[in-house]
Amino acid sequence: GVSGSLQHELCSADGSAARQGDEREEGLRETAMYGCGFSANDELKEMLESNKESLKLEAMKRIIGLIAKGKNASELFPAVVKNVANKNIELKKLVYVYLVRYAEEQQDLALLSISTFQRALKDPNQLIRASALRVLSSIRVPIIVPIMMLAIKESASDMSPYVRKTSAHAIQKLYSLDPEQREHLIEVIEKLLKDKSTLVAGSVVMAFEEVCPDRIDLIHKNYRKLCNLLVDVEEWGQVVIISMLTRYARTQFTSPWQEGVSFDENNEKAFYDSDSEEKRDETETKPYMMDPDHRLLLRNTKPLLQSRNTAVVMAVAQLYWHLAPTHEVSAVTKSLVRLLRSHREVQYVVLQNIATMSIQRKGMFEPYMKSFYVRSTDPTHIKTLKLEILTNLANEANISTILREFQTYVKSQDKAFAAATIQAIGRCATNISEVTDTCLNGLVLLLSNRDETVVAESVVVIKKLLQTQPTQHSEIIKHMAKLFDKITVAMARASILWLIGEYCERVPKIAPDVLRKMAKSFTSEEDIVKLQIVNLAAKLYLTNSKQTKLLTQYILNLGKYDQNYDIRDRTRFIRQLIVPNEKSGALSKYARRILLAPKPAPLLQSAFKDRDRYQLGTLSHSLNLKASGYQELSDWPAVAPDQSVRNVEVIEPCQFVYTLNLCVVSGSGSEESDEETSDESPKSSSQSGEGSSESETDQKKEKNKKNTDSKAKSKAVNRYAVDHLGVLRPPPPPTHTRCWMLSGLAVSEPLALTPGPEAGFMTSHPSSLQVTVQPFGPVKSHELLHHMSGKGLSARYHFPRQPFLYQPSMVQLQITLTNASDQPLEGIHLGEHSPASLTLHRFSPVERLEPQASVTVSMGIDFNDSTQAANFQLCTKEAEFSVSIQPAVGELLLPASLTQADFEKEQGKLLGMNETSATITMAEGHCSSAVLNKQVRSMANLGEVITGHNNTHRFAGRTVSSGALVLVTVEKREAADATITVNTDKSVMASMLLRDLKQALASA
Amino acid sequence: MIHSLFLINHSGDIFLEKHWKSVIGRSVCDYFFEAKEKAAEPEDVPPVLQTPHHYLISIYRDRLFFLSVIQTEAPPLFVIEFLHRVVETFQDYFGECSETVIKDNVVTVYELLEEMLDNGFPLATESNILKEMIRPPTILRTMVNTLTGTSNFEERLPSGQLSTIPWRRSGVKYTNNEAYFDVIEEIDAIVDKSGTTVCAEIQGVIEACVKLTGMPDLTLSFMNPRLLDDVSFHPCVRFKRWEAERVLSFIPPDGNFTLMSYHVNAQNLVAIPVYVKQNISFFESGSGGRLDLTAGPKQTMGKTVEGLVITVHMPKAVLSASLTATQGSYTYDPATKVLVWDIGRLNPQKLPNLRGSLSLQAGAPKPEDNPSINIALKIQQLAISGLKVNRLDMYGEKYKPFKGVKYVTKAGKFQRPACVAISHFST
Repeated sequence: GVSGSLQHELCSADGSAARQGDEREEGLRETAMYGCGFSANDELKEMLESNKESLKLEAMKRIIGLIAKGKNASELFPAVVKNVANKNIELKKLVYVYLVRYAEEQQDLALLSISTFQRALKDPNQLIRASALRVLSSIRVPIIVPIMMLAIKESASDMSPYVRKTSAHAIQKLYSLDPEQREHLIEVIEKLLKDKSTLVAGSVVMAFEEVCPDRIDLIHKNYRKLCNLLVDVEEWGQVVIISMLTRYARTQFTSPWQEGVSFDENNEKAFYDSDSEEKRDETETKPYMMDPDHRLLLRNTKPLLQSRNTAVVMAVAQLYWHLAPTHEVSAVTKSLVRLLRSHREVQYVVLQNIATMSIQRKGMFEPYMKSFYVRSTDPTHIKTLKLEILTNLANEANISTILREFQTYVKSQDKAFAAATIQAIGRCATNISEVTDTCLNGLVLLLSNRDETVVAESVVVIKKLLQTQPTQHSEIIKHMAKLFDKITVAMARASILWLIGEYCERVPKIAPDVLRKMAKSFTSEEDIVKLQIVNLAAKLYLTNSKQTKLLTQYILNLGKYDQNYDIRDRTRFIRQLIVPNEKSGALSKYARRILLAPKPAPLLQSAFKDRDRYQLGTLSHSLNLKASGYQELSDWPAVAPDQSVRNVEVIEPCQFVYTLNLCVVSGSGSEESDEETSDESPKSSSQSGEGSSESETDQKKEKNKKNTDSKAKSKAVNRYAVDHLGVLRPPPPPTHTRCWMLSGLAVSEPLALTPGPEAGFMTSHPSSLQVTVQPFGPVKSHELLHHMSGKGLSARYHFPRQPFLYQPSMVQLQITLTNASDQPLEGIHLGEHSPASLTLHRFSPVERLEPQASVTVSMGIDFNDSTQAANFQLCTKEAEFSVSIQPAVGELLLPASLTQADFEKEQGKLLGMNETSATITMAEGHCSSAVLNKQVRSMANLGEVITGHNNTHRFAGRTVSSGALVLVTVEKREAADATITVNTDKSVMASMLLRDLKQALASA
Repeated sequence: MIHSLFLINHSGDIFLEKHWKSVIGRSVCDYFFEAKEKAAEPEDVPPVLQTPHHYLISIYRDRLFFLSVIQTEAPPLFVIEFLHRVVETFQDYFGECSETVIKDNVVTVYELLEEMLDNGFPLATESNILKEMIRPPTILRTMVNTLTGTSNFEERLPSGQLSTIPWRRSGVKYTNNEAYFDVIEEIDAIVDKSGTTVCAEIQGVIEACVKLTGMPDLTLSFMNPRLLDDVSFHPCVRFKRWEAERVLSFIPPDGNFTLMSYHVNAQNLVAIPVYVKQNISFFESGSGGRLDLTAGPKQTMGKTVEGLVITVHMPKAVLSASLTATQGSYTYDPATKVLVWDIGRLNPQKLPNLRGSLSLQAGAPKPEDNPSINIALKIQQLAISGLKVNRLDMYGEKYKPFKGVKYVTKAGKFQRPACVAISHFST
């Protein structure tokens, strides 16, 4: 029963899915009936674990239904994650959705899926690579930060612009997961900003805005390109780019708003500071020349005013507002007015922006005044904004039209709007002196309106207007005093009382009478009214104490015992101020001057008056408060910064690097290993190609050539970079670029050509950073299997310290198999391995090993830059033996040849968190340079960097798997002291390496 | 940018949530509900709200709220525009955008939302691209899926996203190649009580339905492009050609889309096709009033006015209406206070009239404000502005397409100070 109802609910979670799955469900319902206490989750789990894909899909659909409803489905994580590698695209997609949603809560389990994405990142199909990166980077699990970083770096150099776009999105995700990666991410951003694809531009600028909006310097070289690409970038990218370029332009160009010509066209208005205008006039006017780059931006954004996307139009409008010469800004008016025909929400935001603009630039919108007429169907917030704009636009010429329009608004059923209109009329009356009287009369007429809100609002506005010219209006005050009894709105009553008090000498007869009535009703008034009663009493006491002394005292007594402490305080203050006694002496002399001082009339101004401190079109502008992450728009620089920073050198036509490095197989056992290498089938070697199919075919071609040339027994794997336009270029003839680097000790006949593990990255690195191979021997060999436990089979392995031919990210191992028994051993091969995520390249099986004979085979293991042991089984025809290889950290490296300058440059980038160092006392024999050199290099597979001075030794290498740079510095001090410094972003490796180096150098 | 999306129905239930970054609890919507409480109508809820840690940007469409949560500065229009695209995508996929339809297709909806944003930044918003990845449901396909257990997911990976023309998928094939363009115009006018036009403007859109094989490159030119005062385009239109030659040059998306929208300047005299004489009065004493409405043709350029519907928004005090219509039928909804008079075809010889009495709530004061009137109508084969398409040429493909242009004039707004009237026309 329980499960039935639960299931019912699940079905309704996804009606269509449920309908589709009816047939299949019948069977399940039966199961559910038999198994009591079978929960809905159990059922879903069972479906996920079944062999039928349709059942799995069905289950996933229901789970998505649960997630969409906000229900918790995290319990199913283990069952779902198993399907991450499923072939069915839809199922896979749904699993991805689930994974991204719950990975944060189930971090350990989420890690199980990582290898799937890592594999997919190398897929030949760009969409699969992109989708893998999307999901991988969306998994918010801090432990995979290095994996994400690596994936982003690689994808940023992908030949597909779509994958590069995805990597730009991933930058932001990684940044929010681990802000400490900022510097590395900025490097990727810098690289992607150079991208010429319109697909990438918007996304990378978005990443720039989130990660390093302050690094304006990164934009210089890309400025012109961004301007020129803009029209072809997708709409959303356009918005982001335009907004960023607005900020950029304000830091790089000088003001186009000419001196002497005020930006505020209505500068003679009272609320603009006329003093500063005068000062500006005094300064000398220099002829203004617009920077051509500034003009480029204005010219290239203008067509986008015709975009169907309202956000794009607004972005261009704000750009013109903030950057264009005054007379050009009106180019955007028509487009902004067009947006008012769009959705309600669009209107709301656009009207807010127009409200701000129309304060400074009436002229821009005046011809379109009728577009701001309120319609009865407009929601209140739109009506209020239109009213605001109409009020801003009012001038002597159009005020009569506007007032006529306002009259109809006052009659609106929407009372809040009617009240706002009355406020607006008040503003027009103060701003345009010609109509003050007309407005005032109109408002007085409204005092007899049947609607209370209208009357109350009118009172409040009249009060403000009267303050500006009190002399002529005692009639109005009398009129209002008469109305007083009918008015119930507290604010209005308070306003009338204040008016009577303030101008009590003009209504000498009425005022005491009002006070008398108030004394009677004091206790039942609202607080705001009570305060004004106290005020009125005090003012009358000072001007007409004969008639009002007793009334005042009565009111002050009531106030003294009022429940509200504000009123009690005010009462006490007033009493001390106006009633002379021995304590208050000094102050009461000034009571009249304090209470009856002439008060400045309130300014009736737009609520949008100071909104222009925010960039138009921003969230901060809409909310009128600084939203988090808001980027301040800077003032124009007085002097333009260097313009030449935006100059771009002509790009060399050939951007790719073709690297072929020579690897020398070391002496011991080389014959056998070479047999292995050359016998390898083309199929397995093509695994190394991570790029496009084109590059694979190319490799094959290369291979065929080599096969014909069997005597050389050498192989080449070509990798070539692709320029940013995604155009694949053929590699140049090898003879031109091949550089043979022969170094090291034993150069034997067979040669193998391998790419450096970093070949894919070459475009971003100077050529001096290529990894070269400097073999170092002799090498230690380790026991893998003793012949006692191996039933006669013994195995030893060593690291030949060569790049592995078939997969550069693997560490090469050579295993020497010896038959110590008196029987021949047959079918020696590699069995199962663990962990499952481990990738390794097996050696080809040894058919038969005669007694006492031995053979050396080579294999590759991708340790993924960790010293975690690789476990696998060594099998013969009869038996299986579990063996384990745990590499020393020094074996996970390949030497890199750097010049001293490059070394220092790279070291400079790897400071802080990426640097570990220790001081040691060296063992006696190790002090000489040669010995030290030898010790370090035997411990770790590093290349020596030739340095000028004797006391500092530098070594460089790259990690085999990810190609991260590892720099070691040994600096000798006095006596036998030395400092070892390791710089690399692989921090775990760094500390292990440091530990090993300390041991190697300190001990005897 | 966009952190999360909540879909909320009319009664305030959250029925779908989607997060593009880490999960944000539903309680964030409480601030929205607070604002909704305060607002008299759902339309009155401010689209941009602030909460202590988040910002809420919402749209209200088809009686649903689409509420997005953002955490940092972002252009509000960017978010609003995107939310509207979401609604349009749903309409495109499911025929309508309602709670039931969204719930019935929750998996497709989720897949769409997943594709439309990556980390809160729009990824694929073009309907053509989305349809390549996620097939819209159809009755036939649902049946097939049920029987065979297959999915509505494209097995093939989409290519459009990767091309330089992201709005068109590759490999489009039709046996009948057709391109239809509808020129739809709308009059927007304000008329005062005496019937004088205070201002009038014409808004127009060109809706296209293009079903052409391959990658056709189309050029559409007008007889009188000078009429167009302000234009906005689908991204497929080449700005430069328009600026230089005033022609629309474009590679069209596949299927239905809005090619351009335009505005015809108010200075050009706008002819208003109908007039409505209205006389609504309430008695000083007693609880009642009279209503008398007559509609008549005015400058219809010889075409017939069809689908004429007059809607009157009555004052709150009006309880019921007892009226007689000489043509068509009327209804009065006492809850919304809306009187709808469906006239149909307007016969110039015999003008339709609606008259009778109104009853008011007992004791209520005489309504002060005048009721507002909306008019909707249709006139076939007339573009009120006189805009005419000159020719349509196709390049890049060899076949001969079937071409067609239709003129329609549509909904506009009339308003009278003292008496508000909004009318919609369709030619």
